[in-house]
Amino acid sequence: MTIKDRTAIAGIGQTRFAKSLPESELAMACQAITAALDDAGIDPGEVDGMCSYTMEQNIEAEVARNVGLGDVTWFSQIGYGGGAGCGVVGNAAMAVATGQCHVAITWRSRKRGAATSRPWAQVSNRISGSWQWSRPWGLLRPVDEIAMLTRRYMHEYGATRDHLANVALASRKHANRNPAATMHDKTMTREQYLDARWISEPLCLFDNCLETDGAVAAVVVSAERARDLRQPPAVIHAFGQGLNQQHQVMTNYFRDDPLMGPAWTCAKVLWHNADLTPGDVDVAQIYDAFSPLIPLSLEGYGFCGRGEGAAFTEDGGLEWPDGRLPTNTSGAGMSEAYVHGFNLIAEGVRQIRGTSTSQVKGAETCLVTSGEGVPTSALLLTAAR
Amino acid sequence: MSPMIDNAPLPAVDETSQPFWDGTALGELRVQRCAACGTRRFPPRPMCPACQSLDVEWEAMSGRATVWSFIVPHPPLLPAFMPVAPYNVIVVALDEDPALRMVGNLIADADASINSVDPATITIGEAVRVVFQPAGEEIVLPRWVRA
Ligand SMILES: [Zn+2]
Repeated sequence: MTIKDRTAIAGIGQTRFAKSLPESELAMACQAITAALDDAGIDPGEVDGMCSYTMEQNIEAEVARNVGLGDVTWFSQIGYGGGAGCGVVGNAAMAVATGQCHVAITWRSRKRGAATSRPWAQVSNRISGSWQWSRPWGLLRPVDEIAMLTRRYMHEYGATRDHLANVALASRKHANRNPAATMHDKTMTREQYLDARWISEPLCLFDNCLETDGAVAAVVVSAERARDLRQPPAVIHAFGQGLNQQHQVMTNYFRDDPLMGPAWTCAKVLWHNADLTPGDVDVAQIYDAFSPLIPLSLEGYGFCGRGEGAAFTEDGGLEWPDGRLPTNTSGAGMSEAYVHGFNLIAEGVRQIRGTSTSQVKGAETCLVTSGEGVPTSALLLTAAR
Repeated sequence: MSPMIDNAPLPAVDETSQPFWDGTALGELRVQRCAACGTRRFPPRPMCPACQSLDVEWEAMSGRATVWSFIVPHPPLLPAFMPVAPYNVIVVALDEDPALRMVGNLIADADASINSVDPATITIGEAVRVVFQPAGEEIVLPRWVRA
């Protein structure tokens, strides 16, 4: 027995996105959650399930007594930062499908100034855990860790900066159509991309996600219940998590094949439990803390062969409306907002509802992924059939 | 200029990693080898994933390797690394077993700084050999020079 088609996202909500917002992380979380419940048409007193990231600073008890939730019978948290998002929703779906709760709220609220938003900058002088094998040599930030894999990927498969630019430019074009995106008014040319300052060669400024304040929430209920609510349901057709053999978080340089990340493992369970294949996917939201995660994820989730992810981005392959797989249609982490990938889930729901600002015509299936390079997760959302 | 980087983060040596750092202080690049089945592993960890043995031996490597990948970090960085930016960080694959990799830096000679090699000249696959550089009073870090 799987959870296939048994639950749905019935409501989504979000705050404004901006470089800096005056509200606290807790106030933003409450705002996004109440907006999501209102979107679904569900009273806060009905909520009995809660799930967020281990990195989320707002504990369940505080959120529950602010938002006025009822008696909560299931709560949980998912680890690994950007790898968590789809796992948060997927675990809530499992809890709803197994009767541990009936209405689950899921969320992420994040301020760039908060202590957890730049963990690398709080490095103490003595490092324990797996980072003691990289940071003493100046491999400090997430961008450095992914840049190391990117250089190797470019070397093995002939990917170029032009391919990475394809990712950044597609997201920016989509953000320019999305009034909620922080980069809505800022266009980008290929020349601007190529002239941008280095952050960690071979990655430049525009290969990085934004730094944003914002919160996003989603409400998970049974598919049956969702049919009677305010919005067309985004059915959770399949869900996967992945932690592949001998993976080391972020600095995944020590297994036989470091370019094969957790996405490959997540994809196995996702497609195994689905009635669909990558060819059925109309639109995708792929976690993009860094541009190279898109080609790596396209390969991991089976949209192309090994090493073909870069070429997949050519000729506007990721762009709305005519690309072979319109991807990150809200602008995502690189051009809408960086909310640890939770805004990608909201955009996946909008595509299924038909309300995206870059709506793929007749979209019935949307893949949403969380971060590659860390233990990860993914959701396959479909329209109700 | 001294190659030492003031206030750079250093490893918190523990019971698992102590023999590695004892090795670098003696000019040896050691990796773990499972005492039960002989499988080598790095970074150090308590259990052999191939046979679940906790018995460990340490084996000195030749210190010969090739560059597997490299990056050039630019600001914003930890304050300790700002004075030497941009510098390089490399991952090397050891000659004894290319699946054994280590993070390090390519430097011009054993006493040089981590920004002493022109990054434009670094290539994946080039041969390197280990050198040992004190970093603070207790830790000796392995770094790499062209072979
Ligand atoms: Zn063994």
